[in-house]
Amino acid sequence: MSMLRVHVEGVGLWSPQLADFAALRALLAGATAPAPSPRPAAATLPPNERRRAPESVLLAIEAAGQAVAMSGRDAAALACVFASAHGDQAITDYMCATLARSPAELSPTRFHNSVHNAAVGYWTIATGCHAPSTAICAQRASFGAALLEAASQALAEQRAVLLVCSDTTGSGPLAEVTGCAQAFGCALVLAPQAGPATLARLDLQLGTAPADAPLPEPLQGWRAGNPSAASLPLLALLAGAGGHCELPVAATLGLRIDMENVA
Amino acid sequence: MTPLAVTAYTATSAMGSGLAAQLDALEHARSGLRPNDISSAPLACWVGRVDGVEGIALPAAFGAWDCRNNRLAWLGLNQDGFLERVHAARTRYGADRVALLLGTSTASIGATEEAYRRLDADGGFADDMLRPAIHAPHSLAAFVAAALELEGPCLTVSTACSSSAKVFASAERMIRLGLVDAAVVGGVDTLCDSVLFGFNALELVSPEPCRPFDAARNGISIGEAAGFALLERIEAAADAPRLLGYGEASDAHHMSTPHPDGLGAELALNDALARGGLDAARVDYINLHGTASQKNDEVEAALVGRVFPARTRASSTKGFTGHTLGAAGIVEATIALQAIEHGLVPGNLGGDTPDPICGAHFAWCNERQRVDVALSNSFGFGGNNACLAFARAGFAA
Repeated sequence: MSMLRVHVEGVGLWSPQLADFAALRALLAGATAPAPSPRPAAATLPPNERRRAPESVLLAIEAAGQAVAMSGRDAAALACVFASAHGDQAITDYMCATLARSPAELSPTRFHNSVHNAAVGYWTIATGCHAPSTAICAQRASFGAALLEAASQALAEQRAVLLVCSDTTGSGPLAEVTGCAQAFGCALVLAPQAGPATLARLDLQLGTAPADAPLPEPLQGWRAGNPSAASLPLLALLAGAGGHCELPVAATLGLRIDMENVA
Repeated sequence: MTPLAVTAYTATSAMGSGLAAQLDALEHARSGLRPNDISSAPLACWVGRVDGVEGIALPAAFGAWDCRNNRLAWLGLNQDGFLERVHAARTRYGADRVALLLGTSTASIGATEEAYRRLDADGGFADDMLRPAIHAPHSLAAFVAAALELEGPCLTVSTACSSSAKVFASAERMIRLGLVDAAVVGGVDTLCDSVLFGFNALELVSPEPCRPFDAARNGISIGEAAGFALLERIEAAADAPRLLGYGEASDAHHMSTPHPDGLGAELALNDALARGGLDAARVDYINLHGTASQKNDEVEAALVGRVFPARTRASSTKGFTGHTLGAAGIVEATIALQAIEHGLVPGNLGGDTPDPICGAHFAWCNERQRVDVALSNSFGFGGNNACLAFARAGFAA
């Protein structure tokens, strides 16, 4: 079985409790991280877009902006893999409710923002990125599937790739079936080669589907409320001293990740 | 890149179920479009509806996946011996060595719409709709993975109307890296209120059958379709047609309008040609994205005129199927493959008064000629562009 080796150059993170990756480090070190502002800042977006953009876009772009800033890379040159298990749930709820009541009143803007690749679309527009971009999902395996896809692109195309995985809270009747209780977004910049900005090295290997990897105590329970939080075992490794974890990449397939600090 | 063999493929659309029906419709210039009879409230437009989807029953074990999109997926999988070809590949390589990569724009959101139309008195989903797996965009791929008993990498690409073209690129990378030995790629999208009223709200829907590249074109017709292909290394099937290259790029321009100079589309095209080791002059046929929207067709016609010699033939087949959104990439890939197999350049149905922006490349009626290399263009909202290059077995660039 082939092993994929990629290098992490940046990490982004946002949840209602954690403003960024440094806050996760602080939390895992036993400190109290200050809570972020109620909405992700998404400073990469021009102010007009930021005002109009739905929360799902702000969340993804906030995480992406953090990771790219940490990497020192030019965002315009990065291929993009954006993942979300549920897409924009607020818009899905709005659309289905409006269609059930008065379909002709559907908002054109909400409709074009409803596409699963809206966040990566806004990102490429804001950063002038003409590189390949994609939007994917795989239910609770969305982060693992996106990591596999991003690592495949990094190695097969020999280029740096921005990986983002985010889900917002559920809205309306749909919330009952998505079960998303809180927002969570994260991002990684992956490179095929080690370089001056390398933080960590990841060796990825496909294998059997894992049971949920244990999480450090303060993160217990977070995974249940958001499919993108399935990334937490890896984020916790990156915040610590290395080690390994296993993440689902499909219903019956897992990814073993061996992580070693480089910085 | 090293080409891959397309060892099986199939398509089901308004043209009919399976490749023979598709070829017959193309050869007889017979559109599958009809007046809209599917939205939950009246909407005056034409649609590319697949006959018989309502009557499809999923195998009993998959009842929890029941919805229009998965029924269409099942109908599509059961054409052209495709299921048997996948079973053979699974036996040959092992279930975990075959990837399943599918594109869709809306997956089974039609089922979520239905759930909202008949909420319980307490405002929640009715019991029969409390099936979380069908109210998520991964519904299609998760169902097909279960139905095909595949255990390799499985993901959904959802980049609007380029979705089921981009899965070919993901598959090639996974096979090249040795993660898998084969990949089932494809896509399914079904007619539902979201897309019909959504595109209507954007004023992109024509009240008539769509007329790609016609001077008086006035919008798109929306369709539904399912299509699949099996990709393997060429050593597995030296006589099979080939995926020669692919290209992907972003416009970085606007969420629902293409770049005015076709910048992302041209980057994707150049990437596909470069990977295939192709000069533009070697391309015999291009299946255009050609939605019949004002902007798309203008930008795409200019791109064709800029890059290709007049002997390269080009047409849109949206007049046959309507715009099948996330399934457009795979359906049009199968048309490109049939063009190679049967020496048929399909005419650009509906383009009765060609827009003067269209150069001599355009095939307005069917043409018979040898096709060694065929491209397929797919562009999506968010400025997402993809181009696929296919070639006859044994073609050397």
